[in-house]
Parts: sequence; C-alpha cells; structure tokens
Amino acid sequence: MTTNLETLPAPERKSTGAGKPNNRKPRVRESRGTLAFSRAQRGKSLMKHGILILAGALMIYPLLWMVVSSLRPNELIFREPGLWLNSLEMSNYTSGWSALTHPFGHYMLNSAIVVIGSILGNLVSCSMAAYAFARLQFTGKRLFFGIMLLTIMLPFHVVIVPQYILFSQIGWVNTFWPLLVPKLLATDAFFVFLMVQFIRGIPRELDEAARIDGAGHPRIFLRVILPLMVPALATTTIFTFIWTWNDFFGALIYLTDPDMFTVPVALRAFVDSQSATSWGSLFAMSIVSLLPVFLVFLFGQRFLIKGIATTGIK
Amino acid sequence: MSAISELSSITRRKGKVTAAEKKANRRDNKAAYIFLLPWLVGLVAITIGPMLMSLYLSFTDYNLLQPPEWTGLDNFTRMLSDARLHNSLRVTFTYVFVGVPLQLAVALLIALVLDKGLRGLPFYRSVFYLPSLLGGSVAVAILWKQIFGTTGLVNQVLAMFGIQGPGWISDPSTALGSIILLHVWTFGAPMIIFLAGLRQIPNMYYEAAKVDGASTLQQFWRITLPMLSPIIFFNLVLQIIGSFQSFTQAFIVSGGNGGPSDSTMFFTLYLYQKGFGQFDMGYASAMAWVLLLIIGVFTAINFIASKYWVFYDD
Repeated sequence: MTTNLETLPAPERKSTGAGKPNNRKPRVRESRGTLAFSRAQRGKSLMKHGILILAGALMIYPLLWMVVSSLRPNELIFREPGLWLNSLEMSNYTSGWSALTHPFGHYMLNSAIVVIGSILGNLVSCSMAAYAFARLQFTGKRLFFGIMLLTIMLPFHVVIVPQYILFSQIGWVNTFWPLLVPKLLATDAFFVFLMVQFIRGIPRELDEAARIDGAGHPRIFLRVILPLMVPALATTTIFTFIWTWNDFFGALIYLTDPDMFTVPVALRAFVDSQSATSWGSLFAMSIVSLLPVFLVFLFGQRFLIKGIATTGIK
Repeated sequence: MSAISELSSITRRKGKVTAAEKKANRRDNKAAYIFLLPWLVGLVAITIGPMLMSLYLSFTDYNLLQPPEWTGLDNFTRMLSDARLHNSLRVTFTYVFVGVPLQLAVALLIALVLDKGLRGLPFYRSVFYLPSLLGGSVAVAILWKQIFGTTGLVNQVLAMFGIQGPGWISDPSTALGSIILLHVWTFGAPMIIFLAGLRQIPNMYYEAAKVDGASTLQQFWRITLPMLSPIIFFNLVLQIIGSFQSFTQAFIVSGGNGGPSDSTMFFTLYLYQKGFGQFDMGYASAMAWVLLLIIGVFTAINFIASKYWVFYDD
C-alpha cells in the first residue's frame, strides 16, 4: 500500500498541514474561472448539495424521529411519521427512568465504571506494548508483532467459551472484572497497532538524545514518547469509550444480575419487560443511552475521523 | 495503511540481523519484555490459552456441570445434520454477500460526491458518519425494530400513499432484509476510509487525463478505481471479517431467538444459544472454530484474489 497512507500522521507532518492536500486550493481556483465556466460549476455543485442534503436527511431521519417520538404520548407514536411536536411530553422520560428494578442512572453508573476502567486499561497496557514494538529490539519481535496483528482479526467467539468458563470458575461472573481484565492486558490489539504506527512517526533523534542524557526506557517512554502521542491516546480513549459503552455481547454473557447491568443489557431487559406497550419510554431511555456516545462524537470528531481514516477502526 | 498490509509485508521480509542490532538486542531485551508484560500475559491467558482450550472443548461434550467428555469428531458430524445450523450459515452468508458489497458501494459513492473541494464537507461527513457510530448499539436496534414493525415508521409513511406494508420484521421474507439495511445505513466508517484514500490520489493524474480528453466515467474506471483498489481491498477484508461476527442487531430485532422462523438466526446468535442458552459448550466451541475457519478462508481468498485486482503504486 502507498506509504503515505501506512502511518498515522506524524506530529511534524501534521504541523505543516501537508496531510490534507488538494481540498481548498482547487475550490478557490474554480470560483475564479470564466463566467460560463463558473455558472456550470455552480449548477453542478448546487445539484451535489441537493443530493447530499436529501441523502443526509434520509440518513438521520430515523434518529430524529426517535428523539421526537420520545417526546410524544404513546398513542401518537404509531400514527405520526412526521417530526413536528404539538406538546412536549416528558412523562416518557420519567416513567422510563424508573421502569426497571433500579433507576436508569444506576445502569449508567455501571456503564461508566466499565468504560472508565476499560479506557485506563487500554491506555496503559496498549501504549506500553506499542513502545516495545516501535522502539525496542528483542528476540521474537517479528513473531510477536505478527501474532499481535493476527489477533486483531481473530473472532471473539473462538475464545469466549473458555474465557467464560475461566471467569466463572474464578467466581467473576456478575462482576466487572471479565470486561475489564482483558483491557488491562492489551487484548484490543487494534490500539497497540495504532500506537505503534504513531510512535514510528515520532523522530528517533528525540529518544536517542534522551538516552545520551542518561535516561532509561521507562523515562524515555513516560517523558518523551507519551507526551508526544497524545493524539493517538485520544483516539484510543474515544473509541474505547464508544465501543465499551455500546458493548452488548460481553455484558449479556457476564452480567446476569440486574444490579450489575450496564446500559445495553438494561435496555434489552426493558424491551423484554414492556414489549410493545410503551415505545415512548423505551425510546426515551434509548436516547438517554445514546447521549454519551453522541457527546463524545461531538467533541471528539477530529480524533474519530483521523482514527478511522488512518487505521480503519470505527 | 493497515494491519492487513503490514502483515503481508512481515511474511515477505527476510530475516537479516546485523552485529549492531544484536548488541542492541541484548540491551533492549529485558526492557522490551517488561513493557510487553501485560500484552504477553493477555496473549497467553486471554487469547492463546482459551483458543487451545476451545479447540479441545470442540471435541468434547461439556455442559459446565460435569467434566468435559471426549467425543472425538461428534460435534462436527452433528453439524452436518443440523438443519438450524445450515440455515444460520445461509442467513449469515446472505448478510455478508449482500450487505457488505451494498454498504461499500454506497460508501464509495458518497465519498466520491464528497471529494474535491466541496463546501461544508465536515458537516456532511458528520451526518453520514453518525449512524455508523450508533448503529451497533442496542438503542438503534430497538429503533429499527419499531421502524420496521407492523405499525412502524416505514408503514406509516407507506400508508400516506395508501399502501399497506407488510410486517417487515415479523415476515420471514423481509426480516433479514431490514437488518441488512441497518448494516448498509452504517456506511460512514468505510466512507471516511475511502475519503482518505481519494485524497491520496495525485491531482495531476486527473489533469493529464482531462488533457487527453477522458470523460468523468473513464477517469473513474482508469484512475480512481485502480488507485483506490488497496483501500477497497482493506475495507472489504475488514467488513467481511466484521460482518461474519454480527450479533447485537439480530439479537435485539428478533428478541433473541433469531425469528421469525429462524430467518434472522445469524451463526453467532445460534452459537450464543447453544453455548449460553443450552450450555452446550462443546458444540459452541466447535461452531466457533468453524466460524474462524470460514473467516480465515474468506480472508485468504481475498488476499489471493487481490493479486489480480489490487494495484499498488509503489
């Protein structure tokens, strides 16, 4: 593959802005063309915008409709495909919030614990492994690196049965440990790879200078490399947040006690307990459950886009 | 760009170690293994150990209560006559073969429209990307269940035109289709990878083609597609691996039972039912290995076929 795509944007490349070519300049030039040319161009771009707005509206229509429906009385949800609201019905939120054994906040808190633990685990363990792979020479490096890359593609299902047996024998079912310990042990190899690529873009002269000054590897890692890889750490944080917040399979298997439910399993329990009778409150809690992800999306977009564009995580 | 290309380059590289490297080796070895410790423990305890265990279990009958009983190839011969399993394979293959190409085609199409000096690109990109971020969540699966329900949004819209729509998710002939549509709807992540790839194609190719009088379509076939082929390949491999493992959407939309009449019984859902519903851990392990084998074969076919259609610039 083309080399400029292979690595994450290295810090020095980013500052020059060379990572994003050919977007702005042609646009300016086009608009300065002859009158006929620019008119044709404008028509074409207007059509493009039309198509995109239509497609975009279609894309987010279901989501908007869910937001609106969560604010409607139940009997209207099944008759109103539109997005207009006659009155704000907050009762869906209040009834949904307390529809299960615990108030919904309890499940949000459980999710928050798992998410924060997972983020910390991934940041520490993946960055350590990445430093070794990117900067150190050791026996079996190529073999281990190859294995690490392979584990990215390994289906979760091949290990889930024995993992479950293992964790249930330690007595960890209905605790958060089965969800947290794998993160502490860098099993999300995608992030190791992402960080390796990022560290490779940091000039080696920096750590060699630190080494000449007498710094050992722990110091080089903590004082030189880590501060420079903040963008990669941010990407890891954001994706770990979203994936863990949305994780259903793991939580479904390990968390069977309602006390320990995270948001996705709680929502599923909600579906089962209410069936189709109260879509309004079900939607309300769905919105509540999507809100953290949406906020992370809003504030972390830059890192999200970069993370996907360069490594393919989503 | 990716773990995928990295992996193929590792297998090609020849192992030559210089004297200087050997010296560095000894110095770095200890530090490297300390940095790698969490990852190594995880590799052994969370990945390779469980893999070997699940390989062993796949030749046994094990229900968590009694010790595993060796049954040889029994689980695998059982699969040969398990009609539900054959059906789950058919469902999963349909999902992958229809969903993945459709999703990638839409992703590429929108990426092409979004490319090259379009005003408001970040806005459009966000709108198209958002569903792919939320699509894996239980909340969106719940939304989908309503949208395609008998009185759902789709049928409300159809009713405005006087059409009586079917109960999409309660009808075996359309249930899988609505889940495929959910998959297509989440095209945002591959779209962003395509956008990044399009940025890397040098503008001079297009300028040269224009001078030669090539039409837009010719430019697409002769320049864009070949130049983008590594990215298409990357997306294809990633999406196929991911799609074979889909679970949440089918689980929620079908209420956990793969219905109606097993039309949304994905392979992973059946595996979950066998392992964690009926505690038939031996059979579930065998199924997991079949899944690994299928994914492995498809990835291998992809890599072999890629030699004929993926064009590398370097």
